[in-house]
Amino acid sequence: MSKHTLSVLVENKPGVLARITALFSRRGFNIDSLAVGTTEHPDISRITIVVNVVDELPLEQVTKQLNKLVNVLKIVELEPSSAVQRELVLVKVRADNETRSQITEIVSLFRAKTVDVSPEAVTIEATGGAEKLEALLRMLEPFGVKELVQSGTIAIGRGARSITDRSLRALDRSA
Amino acid sequence: MTEQATGAHHPQPRARSAAQQPITEQVTGAQSLIRSLEEVGADTVFGIPGGAILPAYDPMFDSQRVRHILVRHEQGAGHAATGYAQATGKVGVCMATSGPGATNLVTPIADAHLDSVPIVAITGQVASKSIGTDAFQEADIVGITMPITKHNFLVTDAADIPRTIAEAFHIASTGRPGPVLVDIAKDALQARTTFSWPPVSDLPGYRPVTKPHAKQIREAARMLTQARRPVLYVGGGVLKARATEELRILAELTGAPVATTLMALGAFPDTHRQHVGMPGMHGSVSAVTALQKADLLVALGARFDDRVTGKTDTFAPYAKIVHADIDPAEIGKIRAADVPIVGDAREVLADLIVAVQAEHEAGRRGDYADWWRQIDSWRETYPLGYDLPEDGSLSPQQVIERIGQLAPKDTVFAAGVGQHQMWASQYIRYDKPYTWLNSGGAGTMGYAVPAAMGAKAGKPDTTVWAIDGDGCFQMTNQELVTCALNGIPIKVGIINNGALGMVRQWQTLFYNERYSNTVLHSGPGGDGKPALNGTRTPDFVKLAEAMGCVGLRCEDPADLDAVIEKANAINDRPVVVDFICHEDAMVWPMVAAGTSNDEVMAARGVRPDFGDMDD
Repeated sequence: MSKHTLSVLVENKPGVLARITALFSRRGFNIDSLAVGTTEHPDISRITIVVNVVDELPLEQVTKQLNKLVNVLKIVELEPSSAVQRELVLVKVRADNETRSQITEIVSLFRAKTVDVSPEAVTIEATGGAEKLEALLRMLEPFGVKELVQSGTIAIGRGARSITDRSLRALDRSA
Repeated sequence: MTEQATGAHHPQPRARSAAQQPITEQVTGAQSLIRSLEEVGADTVFGIPGGAILPAYDPMFDSQRVRHILVRHEQGAGHAATGYAQATGKVGVCMATSGPGATNLVTPIADAHLDSVPIVAITGQVASKSIGTDAFQEADIVGITMPITKHNFLVTDAADIPRTIAEAFHIASTGRPGPVLVDIAKDALQARTTFSWPPVSDLPGYRPVTKPHAKQIREAARMLTQARRPVLYVGGGVLKARATEELRILAELTGAPVATTLMALGAFPDTHRQHVGMPGMHGSVSAVTALQKADLLVALGARFDDRVTGKTDTFAPYAKIVHADIDPAEIGKIRAADVPIVGDAREVLADLIVAVQAEHEAGRRGDYADWWRQIDSWRETYPLGYDLPEDGSLSPQQVIERIGQLAPKDTVFAAGVGQHQMWASQYIRYDKPYTWLNSGGAGTMGYAVPAAMGAKAGKPDTTVWAIDGDGCFQMTNQELVTCALNGIPIKVGIINNGALGMVRQWQTLFYNERYSNTVLHSGPGGDGKPALNGTRTPDFVKLAEAMGCVGLRCEDPADLDAVIEKANAINDRPVVVDFICHEDAMVWPMVAAGTSNDEVMAARGVRPDFGDMDD
């Protein structure tokens, strides 16, 4: 099994996300993580999809099928070595006067933030790669995790190049 | 250049703008829809009105340029649009209302999707404010058809109608063709709007590649001249690209054998010396074996469908693969390609011709003499053939063969799905493109009658024969009423063996002759005896007459030619001929499902001897 991160630039139109996720499911792929948001261009949305695949060939096939969707502008696979990948996690941990300081120490070790405090719990916000967040959660687990919410991975390539440049030009041409 | 290659024979909204002044009119959304259809060049629409689409039918009533043909079931409208598109090369159009009207189009849309047929389906939708409320006759047809369309649209603003229609026709007809659905909310049809033409297209994510890479073309040409056992494996893409002339030139230039798939019959003349037949489950021994023994397959607009390859890991084990297709996703999907070529088949073939000529000029020419000797021996030893029934009843193969031989020149044949379809593919000679229509990928029973209707509506001066089975015919025969009332005189030959013949054949071969639910003319409450000839239920002759057609029946081989000639002579009304055929006839050759093409059986119990049993 290997993880692949796809950045998909799409037209910002209703129903586009459904077209993409339906394509993955009908071609037999499980999406590990999904994040959707706007970009610097209001007409373009960016979908970051992380998939776990057994063999590379079907990923190539699903990428080609994705490319055929009329609303898909561009697909780039981001290699972990040449991209920054981040997830956001919000986690509510049981805390009392005895444990609170131990928890805040862990929070600062991971350069996370305490965003809410109450007599019985603290809520922590952390960003990072999947491994760092897993490590943080392992450290917090003994205190008792009451609630956890996690975003999909977002990713951007390192260096000066932008994957949106050419797609923007295509959009301008058609307008 | 690329625009021209795929778009030359299709209506192009942009092409008109150069010659004509832009049009601007104050209209309703419904009028805008009809005006858009007129401007995009749609001359025929098959459909049925209903609540949500009703506004569109008012201006349709007045249109001088769009002929609406009122069908009896939306499925008929969809297949008619497909038949029209297959026969004419233009985009077929069907129309239905929301909810059940739209869902009745699902089967023909899926059918067109699998066979890459350019159709545009226009459906009414409930008013935009009611969408999502489970309103009367509401169905999320855009969601339902998402996986079976090339693209689809929901229009809720009347101003978007002209652009959406233009884009739908453009997407349907360019690149790899396919069905496009446009769902229009009722309030958008009723609203006042400005119709302006040509509209400005907005498809930044749609850029089909049609021009092949020169390097790959040179590599393919080099492999063709170096191969000792090449086969041109031709699929429906060659017909879609209107590249049959280029195919003939390349074939004759190289001298390579040509196999045409079920979707490509007519792309290369059946009677041409280099034509080795149809490959696949019921292909000829020569074609199936040529692909198996080949050292090079040049796949042109073909997609290595499982009905062609049999068990894929044993398909063409010695062959290098040149795979040319306009859809990049087809290349490497089933079989890895040694030379992948993305491009329109017409451009690919045109470039290949030049590249092969260059090879020849450099003194490199393929020598396929030994290969042809082998292929010829397979052709001679295992030709297509059938035995006449011993009891003197009609042979279905003979019926179909004689219909083909007695048909007027350029006749278009449409088949349903099953044994009769395979026999029609085997025993009718297709020497011209666009004369064979069938449901290949989806295998949609009931395709023949409405598809024949669509073909005849698009080519009224051409004879159109539907070769149908009695099972298929009972699914969609009501469109004969449409044919009778609208001056669409098709001919239907029912290969009536009283059974779901292909399923019965599998029961004969694989289920110990236990004919579970494949006998059509007796129900479970009957006495189990076969019904008497001529008293079958339904009586197709009476049914034909009831629908305003001429009904004929043939039960005796001695009458066969006379009955077919009589049917050919009737051109003012549809004709239905009920051919009462022997029920035990089987389709041969056959590669059983899930087995290797090496196991092709020429006839029951007859495995051809290729002198390689220990291979």
